[in-house]
Amino acid sequence: MANLSMTVNGKAVTANVDPRTLLVQFLRENLRLTGTHVGCDTSQCGACVVHLDGKAVKACTTLALSCEGASVTTIEGLANGGTLHPMQEAFREHHGLQCGFCTPGMIMSAVDIVNRRGNSLDEKTIREDLEGNICRCTGYHNIVKAIAAGAEAMAGGSVRDREAPRQAAE
Amino acid sequence: MYAFTYHRPATARQAASLLAKKEDAKLLAGGHTLLPTMKQRLASPGALVDLSSCADLKGIARKGRNLVIGAMTTHAEVASSPEVQEAIPALAYLAGHIGDPHVRHRGTIGGSVANNDPAADYPAALLALGATVVTNKRKLPAAEFFSGLYETALDEGEIVVRISFPVASKAGYAKFRNPASRYALVGVFVAKRGGEIAVAVTGAGEGGVFRWPEAEAALKARFAPKSLDGLKHTAKGINGDIHADAEYRAHLIGVMAKQAVAQATGKA
Repeated sequence: MANLSMTVNGKAVTANVDPRTLLVQFLRENLRLTGTHVGCDTSQCGACVVHLDGKAVKACTTLALSCEGASVTTIEGLANGGTLHPMQEAFREHHGLQCGFCTPGMIMSAVDIVNRRGNSLDEKTIREDLEGNICRCTGYHNIVKAIAAGAEAMAGGSVRDREAPRQAAE
Repeated sequence: MYAFTYHRPATARQAASLLAKKEDAKLLAGGHTLLPTMKQRLASPGALVDLSSCADLKGIARKGRNLVIGAMTTHAEVASSPEVQEAIPALAYLAGHIGDPHVRHRGTIGGSVANNDPAADYPAALLALGATVVTNKRKLPAAEFFSGLYETALDEGEIVVRISFPVASKAGYAKFRNPASRYALVGVFVAKRGGEIAVAVTGAGEGGVFRWPEAEAALKARFAPKSLDGLKHTAKGINGDIHADAEYRAHLIGVMAKQAVAQATGKA
């Protein structure tokens, strides 16, 4: 067992974990943040995508102990109280989901795309950057539309802006 | 996964001493091959030495005629680096087409090179550009470093510290990707440095990455896609599997080589 401390959705957390614990297990089983899903468990499907120090990663292929001292944002950390994050709102508005299993990873990836490429995204860019996220329901069309719309909506007050005060408070 | 102890040294030197001290220890870079392998219980190291906090293994710098990239530099960092984009744009392109964005945020050049997966992209770039792998013990030319499927010249306890790429006057990379894994079914990296031409092929060889001398000779006459017209790689020694048989891969080598030259000459 080993001691672990990190910041998750702005809150400091500490735990004593088996070194085998994956980040996704730590989030789901220790912190009960079950919005981050395990799909393939082989770093292909993207259902487990979270932000590690501001960058999208697959939490099923990252050891929790590797995140010592890091700042992690999960899908639960996006909404501002009762108000959905603009990207979440866009997925609802544009029917970007059916069963919803892939959605948390899709939305975390979508916000990461905006963080890297800005608020004006064309279809080709979105589709290319969604290579690491698999959806078996929608055929992707509405997901792509939702991300383009969500990206524009984020121009008003991006998640990066929203994340900044939390990181400053660490 | 089987149980292991976890260590996170702050320098490459500390990592080397842990590696020597701990029984059955393995280095953890980005973890995107090692962790899945451990989950499948195909690997069961007694200790993991995580290199992610070794600041001396990170970073990108232009040093004279060389571009030097630290082993723990991620694919995303290489792809988006202005230094790489300016010095060897084909290398930035290659890094930006490994896996997917999330994988590129974790995967590292040192991990890729040390693992020497026969379908990995970086080995082709190192071989074609005539790169040098600098370890904590010595310097190895790429041609000596890659020695077979998942095999390298690295000794027990030896750590890849950085890769030094001589800047080429022209370079290009093209790969035909497996649509699911994004690994190279066939990838070809071409580089021109003065009068020297190198064509390196990944994804196709039974023994891992290799050079294609016939294509190099053809390109020496004139460095243009047309020079490769009619040139075919033999299917002998080429991989065949459920994704593509040897004949198909051999054909793709010619096609990818042409595309790589087109990219290198700005005609893609």
